[in-house]
Amino acid sequence: MASSEVTRQLQNDNCRPLSLSGHVGFDSLPDQLVNKSINQGFCFNILCIGETGIGKSTLIDTLFNTSFDDRVSTHFQPNVRLRAQTYELQESNVRLKLTIVNTVGFGDQINKEDSYQPIVDYIDAQFEAYLQEELKIKRSLYNYHDTRIHVCLYFISPTGHSLKTLDLLTMKNLDSKMNIIPVIAKADTISKTELQKFKIKLMSELVSNGVQIYQFPTDDETISKINATMNGHLPFAVVGSMEEMKVGNKMVKARQYPWGIVQVENENHCDFVKLREMLICTNMEDLREQTHARHYELYRRCKLEEMGFRDTGPENKPVSLQETYEAKRHEFFGELQRKEEEMRQMFVQRVKEKEAILKEAERELQAKFEHLKRLHQEERMKLEEKRKLLEDDMIAFNKRKAATELLQAQAFASTPSVTLKKDKDRKNFM
Amino acid sequence: MEGELVQPAPEETPRDANPANVGLELFGYVGIEAVLDQMRIKTMKTGFEFNLMVVGQSGLGKSTMVNTLFKSKVSRKPTGPGYEERIPKTVQLQSITHVIEEKGVKMKLTVTDTPGFGDQINNENCWDPIIKYINEQYEKYLREEILISRKRKIPDTRVHSCVYFVPPTGHWLRPLDLEFMRRLSKIVNMVPVIAKADTLTLEERAEFKKRIQKDLKAHGISVYPQEDFDDNSDDRILNNKIRDKMPFAVVGADKEHQVNGKRILGRKTKWGIIEVENPAHCEFPLLRDLLIRSHLQDLKDITHNVHYESYRMQRLNESNRLALSPINGLLGKDEVESDL
Repeated sequence: MASSEVTRQLQNDNCRPLSLSGHVGFDSLPDQLVNKSINQGFCFNILCIGETGIGKSTLIDTLFNTSFDDRVSTHFQPNVRLRAQTYELQESNVRLKLTIVNTVGFGDQINKEDSYQPIVDYIDAQFEAYLQEELKIKRSLYNYHDTRIHVCLYFISPTGHSLKTLDLLTMKNLDSKMNIIPVIAKADTISKTELQKFKIKLMSELVSNGVQIYQFPTDDETISKINATMNGHLPFAVVGSMEEMKVGNKMVKARQYPWGIVQVENENHCDFVKLREMLICTNMEDLREQTHARHYELYRRCKLEEMGFRDTGPENKPVSLQETYEAKRHEFFGELQRKEEEMRQMFVQRVKEKEAILKEAERELQAKFEHLKRLHQEERMKLEEKRKLLEDDMIAFNKRKAATELLQAQAFASTPSVTLKKDKDRKNFM
Repeated sequence: MEGELVQPAPEETPRDANPANVGLELFGYVGIEAVLDQMRIKTMKTGFEFNLMVVGQSGLGKSTMVNTLFKSKVSRKPTGPGYEERIPKTVQLQSITHVIEEKGVKMKLTVTDTPGFGDQINNENCWDPIIKYINEQYEKYLREEILISRKRKIPDTRVHSCVYFVPPTGHWLRPLDLEFMRRLSKIVNMVPVIAKADTLTLEERAEFKKRIQKDLKAHGISVYPQEDFDDNSDDRILNNKIRDKMPFAVVGADKEHQVNGKRILGRKTKWGIIEVENPAHCEFPLLRDLLIRSHLQDLKDITHNVHYESYRMQRLNESNRLALSPINGLLGKDEVESDL
């Protein structure tokens, strides 16, 4: 909104401009606001979409001049996942909570039909979380850690020809949900002339397919000129590198090849500086605002309409919203109760089953016990029998012994000489 | 649906900053602090809104005070002799809106005056229209916020600060003052001031202030800056200093006089000229600094984050009960207000 628009709007509200006869002091208001924001800190969330190995992590490292977590991923992911990491950066007195979301496995599958769906789901999930917080009765929005994606860096492969179908499809599905800034990755593989043609081809393809990429705002005089020029340079051809090399008498970030050194921060070599300038120094606030005021509002509108709310007559609004809200809440509550009931049933069932199993085990145990007892009894009986037999045998044997002894004693008494003779004979024989 | 969306693994939640990643070192200049300038530019473009309400018995110098605060004829009250101001039979609320600009910063200032407050013989419930007005503004904002397609910038008419003028009796707070402040400090930022402080000597002033502070504490009235909302220890130290000096003893004047060769705002009496902006004479500069130069944004923030939120919470909780009643559409606002 240009300043003239503001005054016009304010005047339309039936208020007169008033002239001050002295210094009042509210010119410190922007500073008060800035101080408050410094105390609160800022949030910024970047989503990087691009194929594996295209240089997403390196570019982010280079952009923020620090080494984030660099986990190299394989090419064999079965589907696309998103990996989000939050970092707290501080520069002078500004604290930035930076969240970087990377797509893992994008473009690696043989069948790429579902590639963009996880991304859409993720973005919607962040919007949903914010919406839920906003709809709460007791909410704390000013403390809320905003995870909505503020900007998406879309990495285009430097083929030199045109956009891939996957890229086109993904961007088409995402352009209404967030601010997309396409960048040409690994720009050191394209020559200058090819780059020009490539850029023109890309932009025309985007336009002809109706993809709305983020345009840097040109409504504020201070930055409109530079933004307009930058808009003409889209998409930015970037090179990322964290390795430093000595060029001339300075250490610069560069990539070294046998045929030369590509300097990252040299505007003749690539557009990295432009990207950093636009993304961070000039338009970060605008990106955040667009996300909140345009993309989030669109999501909110669609979601609320889906849930059945309507902006009917102005008198019915708060009440009818609450009615529907209440109805929904009752619905949810009912479902909650149903689920609880279900779980309780399941629990009771499980307990019964367990009891049955335990009873079964007990019975088995009992049966075994009985069985063993019986065996024991039988053994015992057998033993008893044997013992009896044995005893009988012993008695019989004793009897026979006694009888034989008796006979022997009688025989010995009647024929003693015979015995001697027998003995003598025996001696003669020996 | 397995695994496409990383509902992030415990060590990768975007919600909590991985402790190992807190305070990452930047190897060189990135330009993050440029976001402050961006913010500044944006807010200068959109402009600010500020809504002030002044409450007090007639004749305490409310309109003059507002004019002195904003150094312009915000409230156009004829001050010549022979003008008889008719005291209205009930409390009225009059809002005037102006656009003022200073050094490129535009502000839409709305001042709400309350003639008739405390002027009747029977002043019971004279605060009701005021409470109703304040809640109406919250209601308006709430309705805009609940809309499906809502405006990019919701017009903010909520009262950010209520300046209550205490008559300079020098004794204690009157029952009317206590009742009013007790009720209003719960829904709006209340800034009490001792009006027409030029009738009190400095010692009387100090005594009066102490008594008022004791009174407020005894009745559990928390005036702005409220202790509960101090963000950090720096804030607390600063606000404690302010709280020690509250309520400010102010004098309002919108005429300029010659003092020592300079033109100064002041009140000319036979026994001297009371310089409004002289901290030795009165505490007007402190009030102005609090309201405008240092805590304006804070006033707005507390109104938005605390008072508005509690109104919203109450309203949404209420609507749940009332929504089931057969009365459809707009429930009588009075019905709603009387519950609050």
